[in-house]
Amino acid sequence: MSAEAQAATARVAQFRRRLWALAGVLLLGMTLSLFLGRYPGPYFTPPATLRDNELARAVVLNLRLPRILAAVLLGATLAAAGTTFQLIFRNPLVDAGFLGVSQGAAFGASLGIVLLGGSAAMVQGGAAVFAFLGLAASYLMAQRLRLGDWVLRLVMAGIGVAAFYSAGTGIIKYLADPLKQLPDITFWLLGGLWAITWQDVLHILPVVLPALAIIFLMRWRLNLLSLRDATAFSLGALPGRERLVMLIASVAATAAVVSKAGQIGWVGLIVPHIARRTLGADAQAAVPGGMLLGGLFVLLCDDLARTVLSGEIPLGILTSLIGAVVFFSLLLSNKLELKR
Amino acid sequence: MMCEDSRRDTSRAAISLHDLAFRYAADAPDVVQDITLDLPSSAVTAILGPNGSGKTTLLHLILGLLTPQRGRISLNGEFHSHRRASRVLGLVPQEEPPAFNLNVLETVLLGRAPYLNLLQRPSERDYATAFRALETVGMAALWDRPIPALSGGERQLVILARALTQEPDILLLDEPTSHLDVGNARRILNLMRDLRAQGQTVIFTTHDPNAAATTADHVVLMRQGRVLRAGAVAETLTGNYLSATYDVPIDVVQDRQERLLVVIY
Repeated sequence: MSAEAQAATARVAQFRRRLWALAGVLLLGMTLSLFLGRYPGPYFTPPATLRDNELARAVVLNLRLPRILAAVLLGATLAAAGTTFQLIFRNPLVDAGFLGVSQGAAFGASLGIVLLGGSAAMVQGGAAVFAFLGLAASYLMAQRLRLGDWVLRLVMAGIGVAAFYSAGTGIIKYLADPLKQLPDITFWLLGGLWAITWQDVLHILPVVLPALAIIFLMRWRLNLLSLRDATAFSLGALPGRERLVMLIASVAATAAVVSKAGQIGWVGLIVPHIARRTLGADAQAAVPGGMLLGGLFVLLCDDLARTVLSGEIPLGILTSLIGAVVFFSLLLSNKLELKR
Repeated sequence: MMCEDSRRDTSRAAISLHDLAFRYAADAPDVVQDITLDLPSSAVTAILGPNGSGKTTLLHLILGLLTPQRGRISLNGEFHSHRRASRVLGLVPQEEPPAFNLNVLETVLLGRAPYLNLLQRPSERDYATAFRALETVGMAALWDRPIPALSGGERQLVILARALTQEPDILLLDEPTSHLDVGNARRILNLMRDLRAQGQTVIFTTHDPNAAATTADHVVLMRQGRVLRAGAVAETLTGNYLSATYDVPIDVVQDRQERLLVVIY
């Protein structure tokens, strides 16, 4: 084996070690998060209290644990879907909110709150259904357009569908009862995990796990799908069909987590960037790296959201705020240039 | 599935096209029409013609990316599924803007996709194949350079290495030199000669008659979607045929080593 080939093999091993280290950090973070909170005392719950205090034990096992799992799933899903969308659309500035998906979720949730009684099932179901309808409408519309290549057509269709949904959400907000329903819509749009129970986690797992598994297992293939149609085809791929599979997996997982957590901005946009810059642009590393980093990022944000103040800080505000700060500090420290 | 026209000797043809016609939409004119053609194996074939003469469309038809309204295409006398075809045909596309910061090796490894299923990732053997291709084009030392950091000529060599990593019987290059300076263009064309010397079948499109004159064994002259003339270089690259192809007066002369030079007035 040539010196170059040896160096290349060593590089792969190095990335694999980094991924495992990241997985270790995430597990550690999840464990520590169990002891963060505001009961019995603020900030830190000493493990010893769990032995004596039955209520504290119940808080840790029935409130914090499912919430921690939900935060990690939420982050991993948004980052994985963001990475997938960015690769497939050959555009580093898109995420799964693209193609009318997040506007669809917002519209569905608002509809559930105002017209369908506002029960949790209606809000979550509405968000999931309309997120998917957003993808379907964008896709069907794109098939009817006759300009540019597949990617451009989808982008154009997505912009149109998103505008329709935004207008629809506006109408619903206008019609909503300003004292009861409008605050609900606003809080859903701000996003948060305060109401997560074990049941919620069990609801989303059957969708999120298979979808993430598909994205994870096909991760090398994503490199191929980021090439132009003719090139991907000449390399044996069926770009249209394979991209559709990846998009459905991404949107299904996103719709599931967003229906429980509301709109959580920035994660799907910035985490894939950080993963690519630190672990390499190859989707083989960027996909699992993004999932781990996304899980860690949302976990930390949610820890802050539920610990810092006696009241809950909406998670969506924190992810955007911290995401923007991280983004700028990376830009200014030139770290983003490392892996250009 | 062999064609009924048994008088035609297709045994040594890498690609046989029979009565091919294609249009992009039902109400659009034919972009390619009446093409019956054998492209020889273990030779360099230039598909030569002006812009818009249907060269790239013909290449995409051979690839299977486009389906002809009429006619048949066989590779080495056989009709292949898409997946099989991607092991027989390696493509160097006309232009490939880099989307993300994949490095040279990661890009070349994508050439192994025809041999991997949806869930497989390249193994150590695939890495070895990729490095062999990189050595062939002289880019092995730059294996960890990000694609956007390469010059246009280097990028073209990497894409060629990716096509070689497919271990194809037939190498298709779509305008491989059109956006390169003369030095880099020459390097690519010489590399095509070297590959042919090792028995590789090479087919490339070009609008530059000199690239065909210096590099090809066999030339297909195309004009307005039809084949004007096909055959050995000496039979096709004549002043008359080239003038008819390009609609400007063109002369072909020989230099002292009896190499053909195309002169355009």
